[in-house]
Amino acid sequence: MSESKTSDTETADLEQFRNEMRAWLEANCPPEMRKPATSDADVFWGGRNAKFSSEPQRTWFERMRDKGWTVPDWPKEYGGGGLSAAEHKVLRAEMGRIGARPPLSSFGIWMLGPALLKYGNDAQKKEHLPKIAAGEIRWCQGYSEPNAGSDLASLQTRAESDGDDFVITGQKIWTSYANYADWIFCLVRTDPAAKKHDGISFILFDMTSKGVTTKPILLISGYSPFCETFFDGVRVPKSHVVGTVNRGWDVAKYLLQHERAMISGMGERGVGRPLGQIAADSVGTDALGRLDDAMLRGKIASFDVDEAALAACAERAVDLAKAGQAHPAFSSAMKYYGTELNKRRYEILMSAGGVDALEWESERSRQGARPRAWLRTKANSIEGGTTEVMLGIVAKRILNLPGA
Amino acid sequence: MALVLTEEQSMLRDSARGLVSDKAPVSHLRHLRDSKDPTGFSKEFWHSFAEMGFAGLLVPEEFGGSGLGYVEAGIVMEEIGRTLMPSPFLATSVVAASALNRGGNAAQKSDYLPKIASGSLLATLAIDEGAKHRPLQTSLQAVRAGNGFKLSGAKALVVDGHVADLLIVAARTAGSAGERDGLTLFLVNPKAKGVAIERTIMVDAHNAARIELANVEVNADSVLGEVDQGAALLDGVLDIGRGAVAAEMVGLSEEVFGRTVEYLKNRKQFGKLIGEFQALQHRAAELYVDIEITRAATMKALQALDADVAKAASAVAVAKARAGTTATRAVQEGVQMHGGMGMTDQFDIGFFMKRARVCEELFGDANYHTEQLARARGY
Repeated sequence: MSESKTSDTETADLEQFRNEMRAWLEANCPPEMRKPATSDADVFWGGRNAKFSSEPQRTWFERMRDKGWTVPDWPKEYGGGGLSAAEHKVLRAEMGRIGARPPLSSFGIWMLGPALLKYGNDAQKKEHLPKIAAGEIRWCQGYSEPNAGSDLASLQTRAESDGDDFVITGQKIWTSYANYADWIFCLVRTDPAAKKHDGISFILFDMTSKGVTTKPILLISGYSPFCETFFDGVRVPKSHVVGTVNRGWDVAKYLLQHERAMISGMGERGVGRPLGQIAADSVGTDALGRLDDAMLRGKIASFDVDEAALAACAERAVDLAKAGQAHPAFSSAMKYYGTELNKRRYEILMSAGGVDALEWESERSRQGARPRAWLRTKANSIEGGTTEVMLGIVAKRILNLPGA
Repeated sequence: MALVLTEEQSMLRDSARGLVSDKAPVSHLRHLRDSKDPTGFSKEFWHSFAEMGFAGLLVPEEFGGSGLGYVEAGIVMEEIGRTLMPSPFLATSVVAASALNRGGNAAQKSDYLPKIASGSLLATLAIDEGAKHRPLQTSLQAVRAGNGFKLSGAKALVVDGHVADLLIVAARTAGSAGERDGLTLFLVNPKAKGVAIERTIMVDAHNAARIELANVEVNADSVLGEVDQGAALLDGVLDIGRGAVAAEMVGLSEEVFGRTVEYLKNRKQFGKLIGEFQALQHRAAELYVDIEITRAATMKALQALDADVAKAASAVAVAKARAGTTATRAVQEGVQMHGGMGMTDQFDIGFFMKRARVCEELFGDANYHTEQLARARGY
């Protein structure tokens, strides 16, 4: 939009965009894709070995991809939709209105893409971004190590210079879906003599490279969404470093802001039936038609207040970023609150489900979908930086409280 | 609409902040309290407020006001919250002006709105009767008598009731306590025969009164809106008041939090700044996030009121509920983190705690509004 336009014509343009968007979604989003995802098969992650779990899932993905709306606000030259922040907000609102699922879920979209847009060189952007947008390559994140969790910058995986290549040796842990991923964005130590934040590089490589192995970790949910990932002399061209060698911590931190924003948005916020009605289905109602468990009803109502308020805050965070008024560490605040809230949601769902929410292996319980999801949420406040690390960041970077 | 202030709104905030912090810092409230000021606010300052266009902020331009919206009213309320300035702005310029503008007929509007805008008329809504805010429980009786009505009953927590020139009284013309139908709003002259007003000195040193009406005669022209059908008008007016009080609580919370963080950066114990202790850092960080989220929810509610008052109920319930819990947490942490100093009257922090407690009860507390949301969502 040109700057000379008045806000009135901008508003009118936006309303026209909204109407077009609404009509397009109405015509193109299959009814099956207008319900919340309830299982892993409902989520499409893309990648070389991707399979669609249904025809509507394929149709929806392909239509959105062709519009560039898997990544609506990325530039068109990289397969994006080229939408402005205001248009993107309208698209999200319109998708939310009909409960449309994201057509593609991807660490490439949520994490690597934004980092490449900011720090990648032309060749890297042209090589990787269109494949992320089109769901052709599935990425995983090589950050945490067995001895570098909350203290991420103490990571030890080393990359030794050998001509035009780095040779990478070490171990990562909690690598989400490493066993399904095609490529990895990885933090490696390229200068062991430097101070811990100064000798790290951010590098990309193919998971089929010689020397890469993965081993899924069985979690309390009974699922294995995370892996141990081993690198034994993996040879990677130096041209795959994003940004400057030994300045990878800048890229890593920037990406973490996006990761935290992503995790804070986890959970099916405001979609589907109100939590209180879901609870009433199993608990029952009293003579006035109210949930027949006053304490649980109060907890749910407090949750609803906080959830609605957080949604407003998430909306405001986007608006502040657009207005250039956002604090760069604010995603840590949202990550802390969003993940604690999602844990509350699942504690409520378990309490509401009672005995029925305890079955682990049955058709009736869809193989224990609810208790497994409940246990999965416990990782939300650990992965991507623990709640305690987030609060420390808020205290130091936003409130400027003293101490290292 | 973006949840950030426009350029014009930022300018309004800056001018309100300049005026309020310059002329009415917390010491202003302290002085009014300690001198047992008979009005409980500064009339002189109220006139400069009116000259700046704030008294008539919500009054349409045709009646001499600025014709601005609820977001703008919230901006002024937030600045009032920062210095705890006792001001007729809430009762007169927000609640009463909205009631008259939304419910008034042509004569009522032209009688009162210009005077509100010029700062020459103070007005207030008399709603609560029991210990808690329960608008539908209104039982103050209005019975038909000749061409008009006779009003009998009692009201409490009538903001600025001791100085108001006009009372807007919620009464029951039909049905019984608890029912939606049968509520009517009346414009009552506080000097009318049968009106007894007792100024109540409150914990927060702000202004309120208890009012008793004994067979107070009003004529038919005194009805604001429709007889028996006042509930919808009342809902809207109360929601506007709730949004405004939520904004005041956001300003109050942010101010008390800012003072507390400053204290953490200056107070030393065990040879360290107490802000270095992680136990305090994490609590401060949690409170910061709470305030940010509540600020966003409050902006959302005020924007919803500007878009359509009748459809803003849930957003307002969320904002007022959040504002209540957040302000309560902010003042409690404020006193605790200031230690013994926080307990002294000499220190300002206690004033914030007292005002937050009153704001929490005004137009429904967090429990009330959380309950409203549960009902709206059908469980």
